Amino acid sequence: MRESTIMKIHYGTALAAVALVAVHILMRLTQGFAESLEYENVLANYKFIPYAAMLELILILLSIHGFNGLRVILLELKQGRVYEKAVSYGCLAAMIGLIAYGSRTIIMTNMGMI
Amino acid sequence: MAQVSSVPKGQTSPTSKSITLRISRFNPEHDESSGFMEFPISYEKWTTVLEAILDVKKHFDHSVAVRYSCRQATCGSCGMIINGKPRLACFTKISELNSNVVTVEPMNNFPIIRDLAVKFEKLFDTHQKIKPYLIRDDTEIQSNEKEFLQSPEEVEQYIQFANCIKCGLCNSACPTMATDSSFVGPQALAQAYRYVADSRDKGKDSRLKIIDDSHGIWRCHFAGSCSQVCPKGVDPAMGIQLLRGYLLGFRS
Repeated sequence: MRESTIMKIHYGTALAAVALVAVHILMRLTQGFAESLEYENVLANYKFIPYAAMLELILILLSIHGFNGLRVILLELKQGRVYEKAVSYGCLAAMIGLIAYGSRTIIMTNMGMI
Repeated sequence: MAQVSSVPKGQTSPTSKSITLRISRFNPEHDESSGFMEFPISYEKWTTVLEAILDVKKHFDHSVAVRYSCRQATCGSCGMIINGKPRLACFTKISELNSNVVTVEPMNNFPIIRDLAVKFEKLFDTHQKIKPYLIRDDTEIQSNEKEFLQSPEEVEQYIQFANCIKCGLCNSACPTMATDSSFVGPQALAQAYRYVADSRDKGKDSRLKIIDDSHGIWRCHFAGSCSQVCPKGVDPAMGIQLLRGYLLGFRS
């Protein structure tokens, strides 16, 4: 993928994440902070499909943005063909892993496994 | 390292003042680390750092390695770190530095040949890589029958970037170049913009493809130090941002 395409995704995910995290914070403000972290409330959030979908989207956006940022930092620290490939594929694998792990929590809750 | 203790008699005038010139000495073939030699130098209001170094070569130590040529900020040969900042030695007056000690070191981010002389190969390689010439499909340039006229507004788009003398001070000041040895650098990026913005040029796409690399234009942090140190008033940081506009689709 061209670097400009990656950076367009990088900037786009940052802007979208800022907007969605703002919505997320506003939703949390509808109840007390301690109350919002109670076990039942957290499960209820995950079972409310529109909100769960938004959390999933935030997870994807921040994972893409964060791991690409990490890739860029690591590429600047050291250079070399093997190292650069390892960093790029390592960050991609870590991003997929994190998204899969976060999605698993939401899916398991909705399937009644938690 | 050694300190030379006396100014040659008969070399000073009644209006001259004196400073200590500290010159970084390093020969990669013999030395493990660099050191400084100090020389007392008398100077006039108009004396440049290059003249002071040449004075040292003439009267104290002829083995000091320094690259220079035109002495008028045109050839771009005498770039060095003067009191911590990348500058042209021929374009920096000692009196402007307001310091009793003037320290000169080789430019950062360049391999050292010896003392103040550095290798320019990578600078010229990256400069060449971005195709620093007008690209056209037609043969009108060879035919010598037609001029490629430009309006003053079209010239204004790139003319400041045409003032680059390839001195390397911008690359020396760039924080990204300090960590990323593969980074194309502000000099080459500014020159890429110079040709991309030229209305006579048709090589925009090929140049943008070259700089759209994992160690290309996107690694610029926009620190702006390249623009601060340019002795010719070129603003590479602005050129880089304008180039990004092309790549992001804001400019065409």
